[in-house]
Amino acid sequence: MSTKISTTDAIQTKVINTTSRVVPMHSQIKALKLLMKAKKKIIGTKRPQINFVEKPLPDVTTLELADIDTSNPFLYRQGQWGAYFKRLRDEAPVHHQKNSPFGPFWSVTRYEDILFVDKNHELFSAEPQIILGDPPEGLSVEMFIAMDPPKHDVQRRAVQEVVAPRNLKEMEELIRKRTGEVLDSLPLDKPFNWVPTVSKELTGRMLATLLDFPYDEREELIGWSDRLSGASSATGGEFTNEDVFFDDAADMARAFSRLWRDKEARRKAGEAPGFDLISMLQGSQDTKDLINRPLEFIGNLSLLIVGGNDTTRNSMSGGVLALNQFPAEFAKLKADPELIPNMVSEIIRWQTPLAYMRRVATQDVELRGQTIKKGDRVLMWYASGNRDERKFEAPDQFIIDRKDARNHMSFGYGVHRCMGNRLAELQLRILWEELLPRFDNIEVVGEPERVQSNFVRGYSKLMVKLTPKS
Amino acid sequence: MGKITFIEHDNTKHVVELEAEATLMQIAVNNAIPGIDGDCGGECACGTCHMIVADEWFDKTGAIIDAEEQMLSMTPERANSSRLGCQVKATEAMDGMTVRLPEFQM
Repeated sequence: MSTKISTTDAIQTKVINTTSRVVPMHSQIKALKLLMKAKKKIIGTKRPQINFVEKPLPDVTTLELADIDTSNPFLYRQGQWGAYFKRLRDEAPVHHQKNSPFGPFWSVTRYEDILFVDKNHELFSAEPQIILGDPPEGLSVEMFIAMDPPKHDVQRRAVQEVVAPRNLKEMEELIRKRTGEVLDSLPLDKPFNWVPTVSKELTGRMLATLLDFPYDEREELIGWSDRLSGASSATGGEFTNEDVFFDDAADMARAFSRLWRDKEARRKAGEAPGFDLISMLQGSQDTKDLINRPLEFIGNLSLLIVGGNDTTRNSMSGGVLALNQFPAEFAKLKADPELIPNMVSEIIRWQTPLAYMRRVATQDVELRGQTIKKGDRVLMWYASGNRDERKFEAPDQFIIDRKDARNHMSFGYGVHRCMGNRLAELQLRILWEELLPRFDNIEVVGEPERVQSNFVRGYSKLMVKLTPKS
Repeated sequence: MGKITFIEHDNTKHVVELEAEATLMQIAVNNAIPGIDGDCGGECACGTCHMIVADEWFDKTGAIIDAEEQMLSMTPERANSSRLGCQVKATEAMDGMTVRLPEFQM
């Protein structure tokens, strides 16, 4: 079934690439949406629509191993994930779930084993995608995080300069200035929601800069990102209307084609290329005609949007929550702000904003006595590896001067290691460097609200009250 | 066993003892040389122990396996004589070698 779907997708991709020279990209995607709708009406869809309704999860000790389902999108929200994954690490570190709503899949939960899977990209393919569930039918965008070498290497090289040292140095002052602006505008007299006011705002501004996207339209970027990573069929998220994904893809196509053409024209007119992502893509032999391959174009751009959005955003919120749950660490930090860089790594370990990456076995692989069959889906649970007591001492504790905090696996390992890692650390470091001189306390008031997802470990609401420096 | 010199990006020099059986990454980390992270602990999986070996010493550092080549190719500061420190074992023949550290470990 999946082969058939991917063949259809491959044909559609080819058709789209061929017609992209004459038909605007967003019109093509709209046409694709109508085609899919018609197809569903006539022959029905092969993919079940997944609609999750929240129910209290059972205590993991009451379950048979075979019934443990880590794909449940409420595991994190209900605070159960820690116990579930600890049981798997201890009793079934390579675990097969046969009947999840997303189909069968393996969970790899120990640090050492995750590292093995991540390193061996010839045994475990990242294609066609890195989340558990399927994207909307017909909309199989291509992105380099979900490509194997050598194609992956070529595309990644084309964009990685956007976060290279020269750019990072340029960005540091800009990030500091914006962070200062946002922090200086925070309410001091009443509690407010940290997530939209600080975390979303700062990461949204950063994204607009990286993409050279119109600054006052940056809300669009955030919306696309949230809906992409929050698709019910993909991550168990709250967005179930597949039509919206096509509309988003069409809107993205329109916006980014406009940006692309505009830059192209300016370059032809003799203007020096900028340091933004689109300029970099245009500057590379391998990607200078990416716009003629719409699903790849949209895919790579959405990858960079999601990659720089949910991740840093939720680490920005997670750090505040962690310091509230571990007040002695907050005191330690105030006494010694030099600990900020190490704390940033510890925040990223403790939060692990993306829970896993998915692979598909390219051949039968024996791991901890289990045989993962060729074609089986494998989830590398970074969130579990980061709490593996075999690797980290007192892994559930948040310890800002933890010696081996940098060994966290939130960025992944191997060829797909996070390209934006240094930028993420830079944003988080600056946030805390600017917070400490301004506020004596950032007090979390009320229970945080967590998002519904098996992939994103994030917050929708984190009410805080600030105490300014006296 | 001899000495090795690590030169930070700002030209700060660190002359340290070569340790038999240790990798250049371990030697750098054991001596707290700034600019070497070694996030994955020596698994050739993160690329954060990137070093640029002085040209004349490069052939003393041994062969580059595919996995190392792949990680190096993702580093914007890659040079002809780039190595991952975790993949280079110290030998007697390295006595007097100098390696430069990149500005950023990616």
